[in-house]
Amino acid sequence: MNVPAIELRNITKRFGAKVVANKDVCLTANRGEILSILGENGSGKTTLMNMIAGIYYPDEGQILIDGEEVVIASPKDAFDYKIGMIHQHFKLVDVFSAAENVVLGLNEKEPYNLKVATDRVREISEQYGFELDPTKKIYEMSVSEKQTVEIIKVLYRGADILILDEPTAVLTPQETQKLFAVLRRMRDAGKAIIIITHKLHEVLSLSDRVTVLRKGEYAGTVITAETSETELTEMMVGEKVSLNIHRSEPQNLTPRLEVHHINCSNREGVKVLDNVSFVANAGEILGIAGIAGSGQRELLEAIAGLQRLDSGAVLYNNPQTGKMDNLTTKTPLQIRELGVRLSFVPEDRLGMGLVANMDIVDNMMLRSYRRGHSMFLERKKPKELAERIIEELQVVTPGASTPVRRLSGGNVQKVLLGREIAASPTVLMAAYPVRGLDIGASHTVYRLLNEQKEKGVAVIFVGEDLDVLLELCDRILVIGSGHITGLVDARSATKEEIGLLMTKTVTTEDGGEQNG
Amino acid sequence: MITSFISTSIPLGVPLLYGSVGEILTEKSGHLNLGIPGIMYVGAISGVIGAFLYENACGNDLANMIPWLTVLIPLLSCIIGSVLMGLVYSFLTVTLRANQNVTGLAITTFGIGLGNFFGGSLIKLVDSDMPSIILTKTSSLFRKSLPFADDLGWFGEIFLSHDFLTYLAIVIAVIASFVLTRTRVGLNLRAVGENPATADAAGINVTAYKYIATGIGSAIAGLGGLQYVMAYANGVWSNNAFGDRGWMAIALVIFALWKPNMALIGSFLFGALCNVNNYIQGLGTATQELFKMLPYVVTILVLVIISMRKKREHQPPAHLGLPYFREER
Repeated sequence: MNVPAIELRNITKRFGAKVVANKDVCLTANRGEILSILGENGSGKTTLMNMIAGIYYPDEGQILIDGEEVVIASPKDAFDYKIGMIHQHFKLVDVFSAAENVVLGLNEKEPYNLKVATDRVREISEQYGFELDPTKKIYEMSVSEKQTVEIIKVLYRGADILILDEPTAVLTPQETQKLFAVLRRMRDAGKAIIIITHKLHEVLSLSDRVTVLRKGEYAGTVITAETSETELTEMMVGEKVSLNIHRSEPQNLTPRLEVHHINCSNREGVKVLDNVSFVANAGEILGIAGIAGSGQRELLEAIAGLQRLDSGAVLYNNPQTGKMDNLTTKTPLQIRELGVRLSFVPEDRLGMGLVANMDIVDNMMLRSYRRGHSMFLERKKPKELAERIIEELQVVTPGASTPVRRLSGGNVQKVLLGREIAASPTVLMAAYPVRGLDIGASHTVYRLLNEQKEKGVAVIFVGEDLDVLLELCDRILVIGSGHITGLVDARSATKEEIGLLMTKTVTTEDGGEQNG
Repeated sequence: MITSFISTSIPLGVPLLYGSVGEILTEKSGHLNLGIPGIMYVGAISGVIGAFLYENACGNDLANMIPWLTVLIPLLSCIIGSVLMGLVYSFLTVTLRANQNVTGLAITTFGIGLGNFFGGSLIKLVDSDMPSIILTKTSSLFRKSLPFADDLGWFGEIFLSHDFLTYLAIVIAVIASFVLTRTRVGLNLRAVGENPATADAAGINVTAYKYIATGIGSAIAGLGGLQYVMAYANGVWSNNAFGDRGWMAIALVIFALWKPNMALIGSFLFGALCNVNNYIQGLGTATQELFKMLPYVVTILVLVIISMRKKREHQPPAHLGLPYFREER
């Protein structure tokens, strides 16, 4: 039996006292093998790989390379052990050529010669079958070419353990196939390859073995040839956990928002929403489940009028006039005045909706400054509102005049949600409102959303945790790669059912695109 | 007349060349140093102080002065003065991450004030009738040109009749160009200015590069001030005589598209543009002032043209003017 290239034993990593990102994770990767790390969002895949790459340091456990225990304290150490990681976000200098980026920061003994470097980059490209012009500037490149540069960068430095963090997230199906061909060639050349992904069909078509993580814990390792999508999904989602979220029966359901066949493309021209249709009712919580980046953000922005649509319509059943308004013809401001409110909490929490350096009162005013009667701002009402939110939602802050950036994540979310709710919306869209919140704060948010639902607001809740979605929502819309892949009743659906809808359907849709 | 026009235009361009090459190196590290006018001014007064003290120490007699020391002392004091200014700028903008524009403007105001203070003090010290310090002895050594220049007619006058700091400026510009485009250090420096996070991840010491680039850039810019006093102004220092040459050097950086070899062409073109009004007969004062606008008009035109062409290589370093926090990803 050959020695594994890299072996992790009982790795545990905590962030702060409460958050356990990885707990007792074990895995082995052999040379001449592709290992997939599979898990939902937030299951600790990237954290684990960052520990191998020297970005984080494990709190417990051992890392063995070629059977010997090693300490990887910095990216440089990882590089010395010939570990190369290709991150999701590329680190490249735009105005440099591919070759210049590859040799950047290297301390080779021989004098700097761009021609030699260019030739070596070309050599590596040919060896593994990349298609890359080493003299091409990064800013002229497509995403997949940039990724190629990143891969060549680690190969140039002599890496023979390669870690790829969701490499296919940014690629088209054709580019993905090309990448897989290259990865197989690298495997055949004796390199150990670890690929992080949450796409089941990729795992099945590419890898030799799969290690599954679930909420930071090790769920097991299986040989790809001996497993099935169902088995992997079950390992990924795990058993149902009860959260005891109070859920009232929806009453007086009336259609409030009707989304008709909307299509939307991003700046690169890739379709992010494909023929999406659904109805959100007043008096219920409609959950939206899906892997991060499947089009949730674009969908909410489309409704709020912040995203340009290629085609389709968003109809709003105006409770005041009883008429249908087409939101796609309105400005974001008009849409907001109709009572459609968006509380979007992106990864960096402050990116949308709040201004970090302004205090809570000023952030309240961002929504109300137009209401003043004179040319001067009125601060009294926003201040009362800020104080009410602080009191009712138990925001922990020294006072209403504290800059928002000094608040903890949970409190920022309370301020954001509180402000949108205070405007008595008719449609409330909340994206990841409990991201990074502890259990107590999460329950406060659930309670708030439930109160809105009982008041007859159409609540749209985009969530990550399937357990929460199943207990909080009335219906769950599943979105995968910009398509609606299912609509289930949250009271009767199972996690496996939703998990399969989130991942499995992507396969057929990808296949469909290829055929078409 | 053309010979004399070219020959008198070149010295006008040299301080601009020093200033712009220094500024280009600094900007390549991502720092917009608007303190360059102040730094050049301090470079000049530091050189003047050094020369003044040495002349006095030798009893104001050229016979007592050792030639190489006479040149070396002003050179070194100029470099020390301007590097110190550069370090103040770097400390504020790199380490303390202060706003680069504000810091740069403060450095310029401070530098000019400092120069005028010491200039004024020296003038008081010699108790002269004129509001200036005259260092003709030091200047005579600085202005030494090649001995056979006069024998070569127009060729000698245009190319060989200049002081050694003029040739040093050209050499520095060529070396700077070579370093930026052909060496690992240059590649790393450009990466720091374009994308410090990437440079950091590649193992480049971003802070060190920023400090060193600003320091060397300041030293080079300071030499421009020294060249102006010692060679162009014949060793005569009077307060505020340096004028707006520092700002013109910064404008020249844009004109040169952040390339030292382009700065070489640009500086002599600017020098010629500043000189045109002296060679056109019968200009009134108002028209003369209009002609002095020419370098700036050209800079604006260049800006318009490069913005229209939108070529990425012609843009300023992407991270110019922005502080770099490692934690902020």
